[in-house]
Amino acid sequence: MAILRPAGEFDTSYASDMATIRRPWQWCLLLVFLLALFTLPFYASQGLVALVNRIGITIIAVQGLSLLTGFTGQISLGQAAFMTAGGYVSALLVNELGWPFLLALPAAAIAAGLVGLIFGLPSLRVKGFYLVMATLAAQFIIPWFTRNAFQDVLNGAQGLNVQVPVIFGVEFNTPQRYIFLTLTVLVLTTILAFNVTRSRLGRAFISIRDNDLAAELLGVNLFKYKLQAFFLASMYAGLAGSLAAHQLRHINSETFTLIDSIIFMGMLVIGGLGSNLGPIFGAIVVEFLIEAATLLGPFVAMIFPAKSAGVVQALRPLFFGTSLMLFLIFEPRGLAYRWQLFKAAWRLRPFSH
Amino acid sequence: MNWQLLPQFAISGLLAGGPIALMALGIVLIFKSSYIFNFAQGQLLLMGALLTWWLAVDIGLPLWLSILLAIAISAVLGLLIERFTLRPLTGQPLLTIILMTLGLSQVLQGLALLLFGGTQRNFPQIFSTANPYRITTPFIHDGNPIIVILKQNLVWSFAVAILGVIVIGAFFRLTRTGLAMRGASEDHELAQSIGLRIQRIFGTSWALAAAVAAIGGVLLATSSGLDVSLSIVVLAAFPAVLLGGLESIPGTIAGGLIIGLAQGIVATSKTQIIRNSAEIMPYVVLLVVLLFRPEGLFGQKRIERI
Repeated sequence: MAILRPAGEFDTSYASDMATIRRPWQWCLLLVFLLALFTLPFYASQGLVALVNRIGITIIAVQGLSLLTGFTGQISLGQAAFMTAGGYVSALLVNELGWPFLLALPAAAIAAGLVGLIFGLPSLRVKGFYLVMATLAAQFIIPWFTRNAFQDVLNGAQGLNVQVPVIFGVEFNTPQRYIFLTLTVLVLTTILAFNVTRSRLGRAFISIRDNDLAAELLGVNLFKYKLQAFFLASMYAGLAGSLAAHQLRHINSETFTLIDSIIFMGMLVIGGLGSNLGPIFGAIVVEFLIEAATLLGPFVAMIFPAKSAGVVQALRPLFFGTSLMLFLIFEPRGLAYRWQLFKAAWRLRPFSH
Repeated sequence: MNWQLLPQFAISGLLAGGPIALMALGIVLIFKSSYIFNFAQGQLLLMGALLTWWLAVDIGLPLWLSILLAIAISAVLGLLIERFTLRPLTGQPLLTIILMTLGLSQVLQGLALLLFGGTQRNFPQIFSTANPYRITTPFIHDGNPIIVILKQNLVWSFAVAILGVIVIGAFFRLTRTGLAMRGASEDHELAQSIGLRIQRIFGTSWALAAAVAAIGGVLLATSSGLDVSLSIVVLAAFPAVLLGGLESIPGTIAGGLIIGLAQGIVATSKTQIIRNSAEIMPYVVLLVVLLFRPEGLFGQKRIERI
């Protein structure tokens, strides 16, 4: 699909062959899109801005998972745990040591990455569900640690209050302001993800995903690259966790749970594995589904009047689970593949079939 | 360590290991025949318990009948799940199948919440809670022998759970269907080529696993009450499965008991943080198993080829 291009458009250099954005009009579209996103607070309602903000943070976490699961093939159910780690580190650095947010954010990313390395260690020895189990262990042990260890600093199950980030004297205290922070980080992480996946590192990741034994025979250092994938994924999770904690202004062991990890996985599959657009599509679609469940709740409550209180809580997993299952059966390659098909059909028009 | 508490906690832990073994059995049953690790086992458990509650309390059937009916309905549910969600995925990569069972767990959890609501219910008592058994142990503390108190309902739950594992194990060893299922677990295509109906075998194993889950759900609900969070207890069973070995039925008993025992022993500690670690103990055991013996105690070691 990727090679389907208009007649007469040739690559004349390595740079243009590797380019992600090929044509001037694509640059223009991208700039217009980014401009529309960054000016969102000036014309959209506060609810929409908050939603976009949440989606942005989720996309960052799913992008990390995409590098680990979509490109390296290491299945992880621990992404939310690494978000917890990142959130706590960032909160502690700002609260206790008085670090500026601009320093605490990358520090949280690196700290979460190191935690991810620890739980990625079993990945050399085990794979498949064994690895799922190891990452599931992270999902239990990290929140337990925040609840029980160093209670005078981590404040046990109560969790921590997190300060509003201040950068150069500007307080990011409302969604309308916070969204600039989220979007900036998101743009950077997206650029990083696109560049990682087309570099030597990304090619090593893909070879491990496609056949790890063959990759090893070809000289790919499995241990090194698997750990790098874990580090990158947890780093993304750390960024997302830090952003989310500073936005919610509170973090405890229940802020990011196993369910979130499962939802990130689902977003990745719905969006499309092994594609950099996948996390973006997936996170947007699933967040809108969950939003739809919240909106539809009252109507369903009329049909099942006895249980009106729990209907929204019931609809969310129901919507998410059903759409995940439908995608797995009917379109396991996800929305990113559909997008490819759509682009191909557009380019071949009027001979799309 | 509070040594005088150790016998009591160790034995309570072992008793709690019985239902864990039963949950692990459901997972092993499905894995053994079809290489699917069922993350939705907890929700099957919840469904079984909720169905029993609905039949016995809402409709008012006698308890034994509602348990039998719930087991039967669960088995049908297991068959349907296999037919409509997992059969279309035959031959798909591992990630797809793992995510399918995770998605399934979300759907079942949502359904349970939608149909039955999130309230805590009193589950009918099956085993008497009065007259706990008192056993005098040979250990002496402060001049008195240590007495272990065993609640009747826990002892009977344990007995039923272990009996269930043994019955299923015997079924696998002794019957033709069991033989077919063992054969299918070796190699799907080979089994099909000698005339085993592989799809029927998958269906049977899902039905059996769902029935086992229903029994486990009833046992847990009768000792600890019933609400939609019952499904999370299965998270203690995943480590038991890996510890015992993914393909081993006797391994589920060993895994369940070791996990239960570890939780019980940790709970006797004098240090609060070690006492609190009882909840993550299964996963600490799991990490140790993964690092030192990934195939588990009784599992098969597989050699990979390209």
